[in-house]
Amino acid sequence: MISEDLDIANKNLPAEQGPIQYVNELTTLNLGPTHPATHGIFQNVLQMDGEKIVSSEQTIGYIHRAFEKIAERRPFYQITTLTDRMNYCSSPINNMGWHMTVEKLLGIDIPKRAQYIRVIMMELARLADHLICNGILGVDTGAFTGFLYIYQEREEIYEIYEEICGARLTTNMGRIGGMERDLSPTAIRKIRELLVRFPKVLNEFENLFNRNRIFMDRVVNVGAISAERALSYGFTGPNLRAAGVDYDVRVMNPYSSYEDFEFDIPVGQSGDTYDRFMVRNEEMKQSLRIIQQAIDNLPEGSYYADAPQYYLPPKQEVYKNMEALIYHFKIVMGEIDAPAGEVYHAVEGGNGELGFYLISDGGRTPYRLHFRRPCFIYYQAYPEMCKGLTLSDAIVIMSSMNVIAGELDA
Amino acid sequence: MLTNEEVAQTILTQFGEAVSDFDDPYDLLTFSTTRETIIPLLTYLNDHSSYRISFLTDITGIHYPDSAGNEFCVVYHLHSLTNNFRLRIKVFLSGEDLHIPTASSIFASANWMERETFDFFGIIFDGHPDLRRILNMEEMDYFPMRREYPLEDATREDKIDALFGR
Repeated sequence: MISEDLDIANKNLPAEQGPIQYVNELTTLNLGPTHPATHGIFQNVLQMDGEKIVSSEQTIGYIHRAFEKIAERRPFYQITTLTDRMNYCSSPINNMGWHMTVEKLLGIDIPKRAQYIRVIMMELARLADHLICNGILGVDTGAFTGFLYIYQEREEIYEIYEEICGARLTTNMGRIGGMERDLSPTAIRKIRELLVRFPKVLNEFENLFNRNRIFMDRVVNVGAISAERALSYGFTGPNLRAAGVDYDVRVMNPYSSYEDFEFDIPVGQSGDTYDRFMVRNEEMKQSLRIIQQAIDNLPEGSYYADAPQYYLPPKQEVYKNMEALIYHFKIVMGEIDAPAGEVYHAVEGGNGELGFYLISDGGRTPYRLHFRRPCFIYYQAYPEMCKGLTLSDAIVIMSSMNVIAGELDA
Repeated sequence: MLTNEEVAQTILTQFGEAVSDFDDPYDLLTFSTTRETIIPLLTYLNDHSSYRISFLTDITGIHYPDSAGNEFCVVYHLHSLTNNFRLRIKVFLSGEDLHIPTASSIFASANWMERETFDFFGIIFDGHPDLRRILNMEEMDYFPMRREYPLEDATREDKIDALFGR
């Protein structure tokens, strides 16, 4: 395409040189696969007209690890470690979701105490997930301070995990039928300390960002998506709520005693990057409310269900009790048979509705297991959201959508 | 609040012979339909004035190599956000003729879900705007989630069995 306005300039040129032809070509720009702003390994091939993004195409699958295939050969307990590695920013939610799916299949009822502990763990995980997402959004807009403030708190959350199960990132603290162990006094003290300290840090973080002129210039009206399009694209979680739809799995299909707690669902209006940021911030406050209620009303009683053939017995029991030893052996060797059936169970993950579709044919492994990964489903809206915007906008949109490579590829 | 019987009855009245195998495992209404009916059915549920079963939760595939004539199954999970009602629709396909119309004209989200199903099972979604592999590489010439591909490559010779306790 020859630029029209350059013809006038060409008229003054000597005739023998001929007019200079300025060709306005599209630039192909590879954003990723490994780029600091993609926060994972996936590629976006952008077609740029100058500064504007004309179209883009995503390539994913760089860390595809075939979890669904691997799961077909693994006993139910061993699949937990696969779910850890999907959304690695909030692995307790994935773990608990998986355990609840299996419990639904097996028909096990969980004691209240275990359910409350699960709620505490899932909300801590949501805090950690949203912290990272919003912190990184700050980094991507050039504000490193907020990230440093808030990373300390994620560290504290990880120390709570560590206190409970020994692991920090790929936690495996639940068991089919309850929790692996009870909350120790230290863990409860740490959670209570977090509840006191965290709101102050969050407040400070908000003061840094919420009315920050530079930040608002970068995110307001950037990557807006209407509620209708968001629903059509299968958005769930904070991204959908930012567009104004108050769909939350915790409220609509309560699991693990979520119906006992009072909390609000923050909803945005325009579905732009700023709304997504604000919705996540607000959700962190609601998570704190839930944790506060759960820890204050933590019921007495057992932290695991009376289902010895499925619940991995405490190690101390295994040394002393013959029954426990037998069940321990059978469970570890994967010899528990599940009843035949098919289950769909959804939990509210860090990014939205995380669903587990499990088909059992009565064997020791699932016949087919499919993960409904929220990231995978909504990431396809990305070209539409950044069309006509600039490269710097594309970066913050991706960051605010919270696309986690592990969950995207599974 | 919708009940499974109520919705099942309405769908049965509307589509008659084309829907079958009604069941509700773990309280989730499940039924089968044919590939000719699936798009009219999805459109009907989407447009229904009071049900509004319009949120496509998931599409995936299953392989049953032993059931002759119905080797493949495409599973749709739908959700009505206004009535909080979920349902599951299955379409069984024969291994020789793996064609099914695409739902991406109704739901934008169906695009990638169908690409994933194609990638792993080889089910061809007719009319799909961009049916390519999504998680695996383009050069792959088989469909890895089919049951005939075992997890471990049995032909590998670089593994010494003794080191793996075999």
